[in-house]
Amino acid sequence: MKQTTLSMDPYNLIITGVGGQGNVLASRLIGNMLSEQGYYITIGESFGAAQRGGAVESHIRVSAQRTYSPQIPKGKAHMVVALEPTEAIRILRDYGNPGVKVLSNMRPVYSMGVICGEQSYPSTEKIKECITASSKASWFVNSTDEALKLGNPIFGNIILIGALAGTNALPLDHKSFEKALLQRMKPDKIDVNLKAFDIGKEMTSA
Amino acid sequence: MTTLNTGRKGEKMLLMGNEAIARGALEAGVNVVTGYPGTPSSEIIDRLSKADRERNLYVEWSVNEKVATEVAAAGSFAGLRSMAVMKMMGVNVASDFLMHLVMTGTRGGLVLVSAEDPGAISSLTEGESRYYSKFLEFPLLEPGGFQEAKDMTKWAFELSEKINNIVMLRTVTRISHGSGNVVLGELPETSPRAHFEFNGTILDEQTGPILTVPGPFAVNLHARQQNKLQAAANLFEDCPFNTYEGPENPELLIITSSVCHLYCIEAVELVDAPDRVGILKLGTTWPLPAKFLKKHMQRTERILIIEEVLPFLEENIQVLACQLGAEFAAKKFHGKGDGTMDKVGELNPTLVAGALSRVLDLAMETVSVDYSENINKQAVDNAPDRMLTFCPGCPHRASFWSIKRVLELNNQQGFVCGDIGCYGMGMLPCGFETVKTVHSMGSGTGLASGFGKLGQFGMDQKVLSVCGDSTFFHTVMPALANAIHHRADITLVVLDNSGTAMTGFQPHPGLTIKASGTELPALDIPSICRAMGAKVQVVNPFDVENAEKVLLKTIEDPDGVKVVVMRQICALSPEKKSKKQFEIQVDENVCIGEECGCNRLCTRVFKCPGLVWDGEKKTSKIDAVLCVGCGVCHSICPSGAIQRKEIA
Repeated sequence: MKQTTLSMDPYNLIITGVGGQGNVLASRLIGNMLSEQGYYITIGESFGAAQRGGAVESHIRVSAQRTYSPQIPKGKAHMVVALEPTEAIRILRDYGNPGVKVLSNMRPVYSMGVICGEQSYPSTEKIKECITASSKASWFVNSTDEALKLGNPIFGNIILIGALAGTNALPLDHKSFEKALLQRMKPDKIDVNLKAFDIGKEMTSA
Repeated sequence: MTTLNTGRKGEKMLLMGNEAIARGALEAGVNVVTGYPGTPSSEIIDRLSKADRERNLYVEWSVNEKVATEVAAAGSFAGLRSMAVMKMMGVNVASDFLMHLVMTGTRGGLVLVSAEDPGAISSLTEGESRYYSKFLEFPLLEPGGFQEAKDMTKWAFELSEKINNIVMLRTVTRISHGSGNVVLGELPETSPRAHFEFNGTILDEQTGPILTVPGPFAVNLHARQQNKLQAAANLFEDCPFNTYEGPENPELLIITSSVCHLYCIEAVELVDAPDRVGILKLGTTWPLPAKFLKKHMQRTERILIIEEVLPFLEENIQVLACQLGAEFAAKKFHGKGDGTMDKVGELNPTLVAGALSRVLDLAMETVSVDYSENINKQAVDNAPDRMLTFCPGCPHRASFWSIKRVLELNNQQGFVCGDIGCYGMGMLPCGFETVKTVHSMGSGTGLASGFGKLGQFGMDQKVLSVCGDSTFFHTVMPALANAIHHRADITLVVLDNSGTAMTGFQPHPGLTIKASGTELPALDIPSICRAMGAKVQVVNPFDVENAEKVLLKTIEDPDGVKVVVMRQICALSPEKKSKKQFEIQVDENVCIGEECGCNRLCTRVFKCPGLVWDGEKKTSKIDAVLCVGCGVCHSICPSGAIQRKEIA
């Protein structure tokens, strides 16, 4: 199968967010899109108790050579996609490095400490400043807002997959996304998800 | 569309480890599959339950792991390939039956899948079941990747039939919940006829009755069992799941198994030492293949054993080295024994690379100190911790709210013994720290039964236990019988949310559906408790006023065992999702925030994620994205600022 060259091999992608935001589906769709092109894919995920308001992270390893471990070594992420902006910062602490790129949704999901006023949540400007200072490139998008326009905040993860495609970090396109959707979803759900993908792609395409 | 039960030989799929195990079982022609849900094992049965008609399977979510193993063993005794699936704590529950089963042996291939959780990511302990294989004397297989998870599962059935005994396949969270590329094998056509043959002699494993018998006969059976284990060891000597990669004579030989194999390969890359380190990966970790290990240990003088949690491999390999003679015993072993590795927690490539860099005195490339110090500070300042909490609209939050309130009203230092499920979080602020003990499944009511008999020693605290609807059937019923029979003064609160919510809504005997979705008779929890002799009330936790009234009256009744069933369907259940009962709004003119005197009851104490404290306006507000419209916050607001409107 024809493969485009990866900028890094293995390419280490982390998708992070809060339980319930659709991390697992996003990582499976991206994995399917790349696996279909002949890459070795390993996805590492921990879910279970994390569903209940905890931070969730998916590690995706993409390689043309072999199967890598389901955990990315510390400090070795190439791209962090965050469904929640402060989760991007948390991930960078463990997996960041000066060459990392970050794509983040800017809609907060408040932790209990913030909800009850015991902890403060950083301003959008502060979050952007933090991420910009600790990465080589960054994209800040409002995927939840766009998803709400489509009628359901759950499309936020699909919009981010589109936005990731728009960064050209990995060989992801509309066609491969459609193929991956067809493997997992009922036909009546395909169109709205494709639309969400295209909206996202538009956000980051140069 | 390619699915697990239609994918053809040679097709490539991206499969979760648990899906790979499910596919391996299908490729082995499994007929009977049982289990009890528990992270990270649950997807195996979930996936197989969707294949039951097409692939001629009988799939059930059993009442607990012991019964699951017994149901699967019945399949085996009747000549069918069978599999029982559970998380590691489940093996403890099944172990009583297992100890007897390994003595009698099996007929149709029987595989026990134990999915374990080093690091206790979704578990209350790191407890592992590898030791059962040594203690109960049956073979243990551990897949080191996703393709192997499938292939090894299929092979486990063949092995079980070769030695006529149960085989355990152990997976871990990072395999079970990880995903990787898997090339599919053939799906066989099976049309077996189940029949239990018992007319042969008691010594004939294939045709006689299957019995454990006391005395010398038990000793004979034990000897036969050990011969089977030796037969497995012989087969393991040239098993394709045991591999070596590396130089002919490495300076250091890593011996590893399971997902650690992938960490080791990557760690050798991270310290850039492919010429100095060899990796021996064992797929068969009990009994050990002695000749195979001898051959590879000869390559080197230094051995590093990489495995998670306890030093199971390490200690067994060191015993083997001593048996192999002075030359092997004198080798330098690194691992948990010499402190190179921890005996707790899960591993990752970085931890293994760290061990290699210490053992071989190699530099390891790391992120600059400036970068890490800066991002660490930013994370501390700007990424608020996320403590686990109940979902918005979770009935448990409402139930614990009422329990907490009546314990305060009763004012006798009452407490709650907890159990296993989402409601275990009753120990956290989200459950108002109401739960004061949590152990294994069913233990909450067992402990309560004990506490409830301590009145004669002056104990005057009110004793409650909580359990979920699935846990009730799993192991609470015997504890409840004990409490009722001994007239313990306790209240059992059954938090009935209509499913095994924490692991993904698997059905249980209280529901009318089985694994594959067909109808089954449901057992009614209140009727069972009444028949057992308890006084029973059923309340809706969302009706806070009534729930508190009933609970208070119940706990103050000193006579024996009382049961309150707090029934409200889980907010995440497929039936309920996206259906709001109420539209909720905070009237900013009525909410006076800190001035109210309620001490911000809704956001500071009740703490539903759907309710947010607006620091600028100094009032509470509803997060419309998160709120599921249960209406409970309306009931707790003393000033009537939280308003609800029924949605037609």
